[in-house]
Amino acid sequence: MAYVTVRRRELTFAERLYLPSILKGMAHTLKHFVGAGGRAGVTMQYPEEKWQLPSFYRGVPSLVKDADGRGKCVACSLCEYVCPPRAISIVPKSIEGVVEKAPEVFDIDMLRCIFCGYCEEVCPEEAIFMSKEYEICGETREELVFHKERLYEIGATLGADAGVPDAERKWAKLAREQGEQGVTGG
Amino acid sequence: MNALPVLLAETVSDGGVWASVNRTFVESRWAYPLLLVLVVGNVVPLLVSFLVWAERRGSALIQDRLGPNRVGPFGLFQSFADLGKFLFKEDVTPGHVNKVLYCLAPAIAVIPPLVALAFVPYGRNVMMADVDTGILACFAVSSLHVYSVTLGGWASNSKFPLLGGVRATAQMISYEIALGVSALAVLMVAGSLRLQDVVLHQADGWTVHGETLGAWSRFLDWNVVKQPIGAIVFLIAGFAETNRHPFDMPEAESELAAGYHTEYSSMKFALFFLGEYAAMIVVSALFTTLYLGGWTLFGLEDVLADWVRSSAPEAGWINWAQVVEGVLHSGIFFTKTLALLFVFIWVRWTLPRFRYDQLMRLGWMRLLPLSLAWLALTAVGVGILR
Repeated sequence: MAYVTVRRRELTFAERLYLPSILKGMAHTLKHFVGAGGRAGVTMQYPEEKWQLPSFYRGVPSLVKDADGRGKCVACSLCEYVCPPRAISIVPKSIEGVVEKAPEVFDIDMLRCIFCGYCEEVCPEEAIFMSKEYEICGETREELVFHKERLYEIGATLGADAGVPDAERKWAKLAREQGEQGVTGG
Repeated sequence: MNALPVLLAETVSDGGVWASVNRTFVESRWAYPLLLVLVVGNVVPLLVSFLVWAERRGSALIQDRLGPNRVGPFGLFQSFADLGKFLFKEDVTPGHVNKVLYCLAPAIAVIPPLVALAFVPYGRNVMMADVDTGILACFAVSSLHVYSVTLGGWASNSKFPLLGGVRATAQMISYEIALGVSALAVLMVAGSLRLQDVVLHQADGWTVHGETLGAWSRFLDWNVVKQPIGAIVFLIAGFAETNRHPFDMPEAESELAAGYHTEYSSMKFALFFLGEYAAMIVVSALFTTLYLGGWTLFGLEDVLADWVRSSAPEAGWINWAQVVEGVLHSGIFFTKTLALLFVFIWVRWTLPRFRYDQLMRLGWMRLLPLSLAWLALTAVGVGILR
């Protein structure tokens, strides 16, 4: 019952000729061609130009060292435990004369990593940080399993402005903090 | 010129066999045409590679992108990189095709446009084949181009190529008529089929009742001024002839995969590509010759050539004045042609594709009657003014 017949407007001769609209369209594309269309040069020339990454950017997870050049990781395996895609595998080793352990093997399989950042959050030693590195490539699967050395290497690129890895050694920091608070003993 | 006695005489007189062979060749009537064939025959593929680059960069700019800008300055050598890729790709010939026709089709795509360019005058003396039936010969050869599309579609023995091939055949035959009729009106005005005459006719000012009007009329002497409707019809039909947007029915990637060249790969595909662009050059060159005054520029080219001739060195075995004149004329010609080719690219990235029935209606019910009416009008005009 209730339908409406919409009458189409009669086209004028110029509209039926089609050519004026073609010329109008061509004028528009020409405007873009000469760069007056507005967005010319919006393309980023990638390998030469790169993104300004925000401070919260999560790239490849990396291991950091303290001021004395010792790895901060104590191989507690919390990150391995929390890692959702199980990208991290750690084999701990004990160090002579020191209470804490260190990783014998610390591998992150970058083919599995989902850059969630849980490892950074869970780490009690502030030893693992998400870096700004995002150009990950390799020719084999093995090449994309990042070993301890590589992870420390990437961690060394982190500046104070990046993830702010705490360079102060853990025990020294603890002692300082306790001294400031006037606490004695351990 | 009888080459052998000259060769012998030269050998005796100055001893150097190579020099005399050289001299004999330069003086023979074969030297100049051979040189032309070498130059023009290589310029066209180079122009095609330039066009592919221009198409990609042009489309990119129109769409606010950058396009290929990595290989060479401004990405100019992109086409050569692509060519290298095409050469080293595996040349797949599917098992279900008609092998002879399948291999023949890409060759037919390239050869007719290249041959057709032999009939086009690039300058007063820069012309490979100055035949009296110029435009007819040109059309006769260039319309063979349709066979490549038809055979390519047929020989591929699969449905999308066949549909593309059938569409292309229907389209090219339909628009060929409008193209021919609008060109006919030009020939009527020029009074000759020879393309050189058509060009010269557009450079000598208006002639009414046997009287030549003043020098001002030279600036209005291009056929695009005298034949505006014919020029528009020719241009539109030319777009359809070369299967360019908005008439790219035969390929129509969103409907037919890639149309007639769906089954082609590597260099065979590249040849279709080359043929399409060469056909574009042919249509642009013909439009320039028929409507934009060919290699002339309101008589200014003669003024320039005279100035050069007066300051040219004495004629040795190379006639420098003639060389400069030839370069000047073909420079003017190619500038016009390139401007037109830019319009081809420009239109492609502006307009959407026609529907098939719209295409046929435009060809048979609009362009053909229009061109016939314009032909009749031209006939009356020529009858009154001559």
